[in-house]
Amino acid sequence: MILMENVSKWYGSFQVLNGCTTSVSKGEVVVVCGPSGSGKSTLIKTVNGLETIQEGKITVEETIVSNRKTNLNQLRSRIGMVFQNFELFPHMSVLENVKLGQMKVLGRADSESENKAKLLLDRVGLADHAAKFPSQLSGGQQQRVAIARGLAMDPIAMLFDEPTSALDPEMINDVLDVMVELANDGMTMMVVTHEMGFAKKVADRVVFMDEGKIIEDATKDDFFGSPRSDRAQQFLSKILSY
Amino acid sequence: MGDFDFAIIYNNLPFLLEGMKTTLLLTVAAIFGGIVIGTVLAMIRLANIPVLSWVAAAYVNFFRSLPLILVIFWLYFLVPLILGRPVGAFASVLVAFVLFEAAYYSEIIRAGISSIRSGQAAAARAIGMTYSQTMRFIVLPQAFKAMIPVLLTQAIILFQDTSLVYVVGLKDFLVSAELIANRDQKLIEMFVFVAVVYFTICFAGSMIASRIQRKLPV
Ligand SMILES: Nc1ncnc2c1ncn2[C@@H]1O[C@H](COP(=O)(O)OP(=O)(O)O)[C@@H](O)[C@H]1O
Ligand SMILES: [Mg+2]
Repeated sequence: MILMENVSKWYGSFQVLNGCTTSVSKGEVVVVCGPSGSGKSTLIKTVNGLETIQEGKITVEETIVSNRKTNLNQLRSRIGMVFQNFELFPHMSVLENVKLGQMKVLGRADSESENKAKLLLDRVGLADHAAKFPSQLSGGQQQRVAIARGLAMDPIAMLFDEPTSALDPEMINDVLDVMVELANDGMTMMVVTHEMGFAKKVADRVVFMDEGKIIEDATKDDFFGSPRSDRAQQFLSKILSY
Repeated sequence: MGDFDFAIIYNNLPFLLEGMKTTLLLTVAAIFGGIVIGTVLAMIRLANIPVLSWVAAAYVNFFRSLPLILVIFWLYFLVPLILGRPVGAFASVLVAFVLFEAAYYSEIIRAGISSIRSGQAAAARAIGMTYSQTMRFIVLPQAFKAMIPVLLTQAIILFQDTSLVYVVGLKDFLVSAELIANRDQKLIEMFVFVAVVYFTICFAGSMIASRIQRKLPV
């Protein structure tokens, strides 16, 4: 469903992505990990065109993202994205956050959007918080609203960029539970995370990045069983050491 | 102060009120027009459109380098010349204020927009909103909320600056008061009154601005 072929990107003379090739099939969950600054956020943002690329090709279903003529707004409305810092709209209630895209982008009626929003808020365990503003919620709750906001668009795939790394430890599991449930429902997911427990539970494949390169792209069992590269081994031993 | 003559104010209240109406009308119209054009200028500059952004920047720098009184004076002669017919002092002054204020408002608004985290726009774009939807529903509402105190302060300055219209003989509050003062030789009464009125309005305005400032999250 998502196909990246030899993707390269530069910031000025600094090459942030270096010939990255990988794919996410329908219903697959791919976890992307790697040291800070290795280009994970940049990579995942190229999938919906939030970041442009200079070389290579990215395809989502039949749409060529890297083609200048592609209607990116239409593509983005079909791909959910969840950010490290939630990025809920602070001047709107939780309910309005989940309704906005449905109404303004998909052109759904107010009542339909509202029903859908309430359903999804219930699904992420926040039905009682619909009228609140984002600032009145904990980080974990905000991130679950952000997931609901993405799901409200009936996406064909969901992208997550370190969804739990800004959260206090006790809230991480609430968010991961929602994501696991989503994965078990068959959602196509690309997830940048260092939560290896999550990866072991639901990932089909693990992609390991370092210095803009995809060093390892393996099935979950291969990756955790015997990572081939030294750098992946070192990385794993560091983050699994306690 | 024994023979301070309050009656002079009371007796001429309708005339003074007429002047105040001109002052307030000019202030409100200039704020509105200045914010509308200023927002457009700010968005053009932030969007980095090749030639347009340069023109917008040149416009802003041009007007910010001129004294307001000169702009009022120039447009008093220019506007009728451009339109090919007389337009009256109020119209030409209004054009001058809108053009001049737009330059200042655009800088305030540009700073306001820049203060909104880029992640907000990214989140809006990520659900498929267009650039203008992102601006309209996400960035501008937050930016304007954060800008309210500065916008109010600018409005107070503008209110005071409207007194400069005396150079083209427009009868605003100050000119009206001056006419009466000279006619009836009551300079002290009238100018004390004028000062009290300007002070009260401006002081109330800045109190409101600083109260809003305190209520807003940092
Ligand atoms: N807008 C930018 N301009 C220049 N360099 C950037 C920009 N965004 C990210 N980078 C650099 O690109 C590299 C990869 O960043 P990022 O994709 O955020 O890494 P990760 O998510 O893996 O931590 C980092 O070295 C970062 O400093
Ligand atoms: Mg990152």
